Parts: sequence; structure tokens; C-alpha cells
Amino acid sequence: MRHILTVTVENEPGVLSRVAGLFSGRGFNIESLNVGPTLDPGVSVMTITTEGDEQIIEQIVKQLRKLITVIKVVDLTDLKSVLREMVLLKVNANDANRAEILRTVDIFRCKVVDVSIDELTIEATGNYEKISAIVGLLTRFGVKEISRSGMVAMKRSIQN
Amino acid sequence: MELSGAQILLECLKREGVEVLFGFPGGAVIDIYNELPNSSLKHVLVRHEQGAIHAADGFARASGKVGCCLVTSGPGATNTVTGIATAYMDSIPVVILTGQVPTPLIGNDAFQEVDIVGITRPCTKHNYLVKDVRELAHVIRQAFYLARSGRPGPVLVDLPKDVMQVKTKFIWPEDVKMRSYNPNVKPHAGQIKKVAQLIRDAERPIIYAGGGVITSQGHEALTWLAQKLHIPVTATLMGLGCFPGNDKLWLGMLGMHGTYAANMAINNADLVLAVGARFDDRVTGKVSTFAPKATLVHIDIDPTSIQKNVSVHVPLVADCRLALEALKDELAPSLTEYDFEGGHLPWVSKVLAWAKEHPLTYHPSETTIKPQSVVEKLYELTNGDAVICTEVGQNQMWAAQFYRFKEPNCFLSSGGLGTMGYGFPAAIGAQFARPDKMVIDIAGDGSIQMNIQEMATSVCNNLGVKIVILNNGYLGMVRQWQELFYKKNYCETCMDAQPDFVKLAEAYGATGFRITDPADLERVLKQALDTPGTVIVDVRVEREENVYPMVPAGASLTDMLLV
Ligand SMILES: Cc1ncc(C[n+]2csc(CCOP(=O)(O)OP(=O)(O)O)c2C)c(N)n1
Ligand SMILES: [Mg+2]
Repeated sequence: MRHILTVTVENEPGVLSRVAGLFSGRGFNIESLNVGPTLDPGVSVMTITTEGDEQIIEQIVKQLRKLITVIKVVDLTDLKSVLREMVLLKVNANDANRAEILRTVDIFRCKVVDVSIDELTIEATGNYEKISAIVGLLTRFGVKEISRSGMVAMKRSIQN
Repeated sequence: MELSGAQILLECLKREGVEVLFGFPGGAVIDIYNELPNSSLKHVLVRHEQGAIHAADGFARASGKVGCCLVTSGPGATNTVTGIATAYMDSIPVVILTGQVPTPLIGNDAFQEVDIVGITRPCTKHNYLVKDVRELAHVIRQAFYLARSGRPGPVLVDLPKDVMQVKTKFIWPEDVKMRSYNPNVKPHAGQIKKVAQLIRDAERPIIYAGGGVITSQGHEALTWLAQKLHIPVTATLMGLGCFPGNDKLWLGMLGMHGTYAANMAINNADLVLAVGARFDDRVTGKVSTFAPKATLVHIDIDPTSIQKNVSVHVPLVADCRLALEALKDELAPSLTEYDFEGGHLPWVSKVLAWAKEHPLTYHPSETTIKPQSVVEKLYELTNGDAVICTEVGQNQMWAAQFYRFKEPNCFLSSGGLGTMGYGFPAAIGAQFARPDKMVIDIAGDGSIQMNIQEMATSVCNNLGVKIVILNNGYLGMVRQWQELFYKKNYCETCMDAQPDFVKLAEAYGATGFRITDPADLERVLKQALDTPGTVIVDVRVEREENVYPMVPAGASLTDMLLV
């Protein structure tokens, strides 16, 4: 099962390799990893998407907590949370299909952020399912390039 | 007053209680060495950096304090990696100080530059690169705190040359605070009550103790629980010494080369108290058949150890000593209400019957020396009071099986990593920690050659370390596997062309003995132990003797090959 972990870490050189090395060294899988600063310059937050059975996820969480530079680990999977990923897609566009692409963009409330004679660059934001759906639909036009931010996440204020 | 980085470092080491620094100089650490004569620290010059880290590790295991070593950048640092991994696997507190090229050169592939922090990230508890001299005292303080607290382990501090040279005001940080590190040490009261009740209710309990009992000094509380509540005790290699080896409730080691009684008892117990142990594959055999009838209680300070290899019923994250003492307090009043002795009598009798049925044994011989008999003789001659270090292989297993350890911190062996070449430098470290004790390295002819250069260190420091080589002319443990599981294809395990160990001892200025006849064993061993200074005893033993019992890798603990 897919789990989303929010990992609060000391903002120090090497902290990313400690976390990444833990996953590779112990054979855990990282689907996506996103790191960014917080309002406290000494602290960064990582959002890690990973997969595994309960026992593996328990190990991942404990092993992360064991790292000296990790301050806090929260598994958002069983919590109500907001999950977002952003993706940029460069899609082949010609006169025959441009309208169709734009309609898709509209339906999913995506944005066209760059245009040329034969390409459209599209920005999409959403949760995992929405991003998968958009990518799925646009592939048939021919996706030339794709760049994904990885998931970022936040626990909702009201949990029940 | 302003001090240089090197001066601050040495002052911090002194304040952290470092007595001996095992080290080897080089360009990146000359500034530190330059200050050394002005410090009260004792420095021991090893002959290879692997010797320095193992000696620091041996010092730590024998003393219970943090061991410390100092090496130069590049090859000096990489030479310590095997020793760091050894200490990491066995949770031994050591601080490794490595030189580094000056900060402006870092990343430029400078001469003798290596990213030792990157290399050792997965085999240290934590590591640091000190980029600013103003952080130095804090980092050293944190390094020692991390090394000794919680689940101990090696911590490396990388020290660029310019940081050692530059001066700053020295401020000793009175305490260490780390918001991201709070080892949970106190046992949860509710869990203690629960475990105590399980113990009261158990009919066939057993204690399975590991190195955590020794690290936490929980041996007294453990011994109290076992003896007062009549619970048989088995231990891992790392746990040997946590319970008196001559007590009738002592079953010996469990696992791959564990005793018949210990493995049978684990298999039939209704309650297993795992304390400071981690369910290693060498201990559990096939995990799915480990302790099939038991409720498993797991006490460990490291939450990652719990539910990692085996799913346990009652986890208890705590310092082992504190947990055992809490159990003692909880159970002491029950001694009057419950008849533990009578209640456990059928079980204890059964366990003792297993021990009698298949004790640790071997076929004696009048013509060749049996390696097991050498360990037995050493036990008798030292009255069980020596610090025993081992190399890795058959020698290690026979030492673990046939020496009956009385107290903790007296059996030093590379358990988790199985590092050949560990024993002798560790013995040097142990001798510095325990000048009052006889220190013996029970060695194999293969392993001893991996750090034999430390003979010079031992001789030059007038250490009385005794190396007893169980010389079978083979990489014996690998040969045993080849014999049993690879149709006797003894590929590259026969050690032809060995040095003359007696002459080798003499070449280093030590004393050498050779024993080939069983009739001479006791007399010459005694003579060797009575000889002052460093001694090598080359004991020519039965070449193809095997270690038994043996549970083949991946088999259930009850599938033992017996003598
Ligand atoms: C550094 C290292 N290399 C290889 C091994 C694999 N190994 C395990 S036991 C062993 C044989 C050791 O031979 P020896 O020291 O003569 O001991 P014996 O088993 O004969 O008592 C070997 C090669 C190891 N444990 N460590
Ligand atoms: Mg050998």
C-alpha cells in the first residue's frame, strides 16, 4: 500500500543523503521525494511517497526516526490530509488535435503555460489520481517531456 | 584565552574522560599530533589504522567506556571502515577522529582527500564534518554523548586541517541538547506489569539475553530474575557473560552453534523473554519456526529492533537494565505468594535433562590436540577470570562454547560483522582498559594474520596479551561448510605456506611456544600464560575438527547436527 510520510529534518548538509541512503541501503522503495525549507531556516520538510506492507512501513518510520537529524515523522496515510503534486507536460499539438488537448486541459482545470507551433506545455496540479488521469489522457497525443514535483502533503486541521 | 582547534580537541577529549587514544599520524592530523605532548592523554601508536579502531572498540567493550581513535585523512580514514562497521553491528561506543584536507580544498580531489563522512554514513550511528572551529567543542560533546547513550555506536568526526590550526575562544558546553535525539530509556509501567504477569503465569519460561544486557549493565537484575524465579537462561554470542556460566540455570549459547538444551528450550518454551537481543538469523534459524509455542516479549532500547525480524507479542522499548530492575521490583513481592521453584520444576528438570542428553562435547584423542580441549584448559588455568578475545571462525565458536564466562565485559568478539582480524587489536585495547586482567586472544591461523602487524604495538607497550592460535592449517569454518554442504570441495581454504608463528613472535621481540602433543598441552599453556609480555602459542590442533552442534543456515533450531 502507498504511504505518504512527512519528515521534518534539521536543515544540514548531508541530511538528504542520510534519508535517501537509508532507503537504498535497506531496500525500501521511494516513489517520490520532495524537500523544501520551512519558515524556520534550521528546519526542512520532506514528503516521501513509499510503498510496502505494514511491517515494512513500520520499519521505515522507525528507521527514519532513528536518524539523528530527523526531528519528526508523520505517516499521513490514515489521517485526513491534503495531497498535491504538480506536473509539467510538453505535448505534441497540431491543428487537428489542439482543440481536443485544450478541452482536456479545461476539464481538469489545468493551465497552458507555454505555446509553440507544434507544442503545448501544460501545468497540472492535483492529487495522485488526478495527475495519473491527466497524464494518461495526454499521452495519446504524444508527451515529449514530463517533469513532476513529487507529492507534497499536509494534515487537515479537522480530522473527524 | 584563545586555543587552536587542535588544542580544543585535546581538551575536549580529556574532559570527556578519554584515557587512551589509539592512533596513527599523517599530514592532515600533524597539527593534532603537534599538540599531543602538551596533553595528558596517552597515545598508543598502532601499526595499521584497522588496529586503532579495533583497539578502541576492545577498550570500549572491556571497560564499558567510550573508545577513541585518531587517524589521518584519505587512506588512514578508509582503513578504519571495517572496524567502524564492526563496532556499528555490535553497538559499541567509539569515537573516530579522522583528519581531512583543508576546507577550501574539500571537493577538489585534493591529495589524500576522501569523503569519509559519505563512506561511513551507513555504518556509523552519526557522523560530522566540522567546518568551523567554533562548532568543534559542541560536535565533540555531541559525538561522545551519541556514542554512549541510547543504543551505543560509533560516531565519526571529520576534522579539516585548517580547522585544527585556526584559533578561537574555548567554551566548554556544559550540557548537550539535541531536539532530534531523545533515546527513550524508561520502561512503560503498564508494559512492565503486563510482562510481570506473563512471567507469573508462565510454566516454561526462558530468558534469551543479548549484548544489550551487557551494554546496559543489566546483568545483576537479570541474574536476580533468573535465580529467584527459576528461569533458565540462554544468550547470544554478544550476551555471553551476562549470567554466570557455571550456574545450573545457564544453558549456554543458542542458535547456529548453540547448545542442544538452549535450542530445545527455546523451541518448547511458553514464554521467551528476549532482552537486548535482536533475533539475528544466526540465532533464530528459520524464523517461522522460532519459539513456536511461546509468547514473545522483546525488551530493547532500539525501536527498530522490535518487529524487524520476528513479530513479537509484547514489545517494550527501554534500557534493558531499567526494564529488568522494574521487573524485579514488580516481581519481588510475588516471591512469597508464588512458588516459582516448584512451578517451574518440571520445566527446569526437562531442560537439564536435555543438557545432560547432549552436552557440549567432542571426541577426545591421545594423538592430536582437540581445539575444544585447548579452550577448556585455558578456562581451568585462568580460573575463568581472563578477558577472552576471539578472531572469527571455528576458534570463535569454540571459545564461546567452552569458556564459561562469569561476568560481563570479558568476552570480546565480532558478532554482527564477523570480522577476521578483530581479536588481537581488540585484546590490545582490552589490556589497556584492564591492566589487572589476563587478556587472551583465542585465534585462528587465518584470522591472526589479518592484523599480525599489531605485535609491534603490543610488544612496544609491554602488554601481556597472550595469543593462542588454534592452528588447523585451514580457514576452518569455511572448510567446515565446504565439508558439510559443498561435497568437501576445499577450494582455497587450506592455508599452505604459513609463517613459523614461534619465529614470528621472536622476530617482534615476543615469546613463542608451539604445542603439538596433547601430553604437553597443559604444561606448555601454563608456561605460556606465566611468561611475561606478549606471547604467541601456536597450538597444532586436529585439522578437520568441526563445530557442533550446528543448525544449517536457514534450518529450524531443532534440526541440529550433533557430535
Ligand atoms: C575479513 C573476513 N574475511 C573473510 C571472512 C569469512 N570467514 C569466516 S570464518 C573464516 C575462516 C577463518 O579461518 P581461521 O582464522 O583459521 O579460523 P578457524 O575457522 O580455522 O578457526 C573465513 C575466511 C570473514 N569472516 N572475515
Ligand atoms: Mg584455521
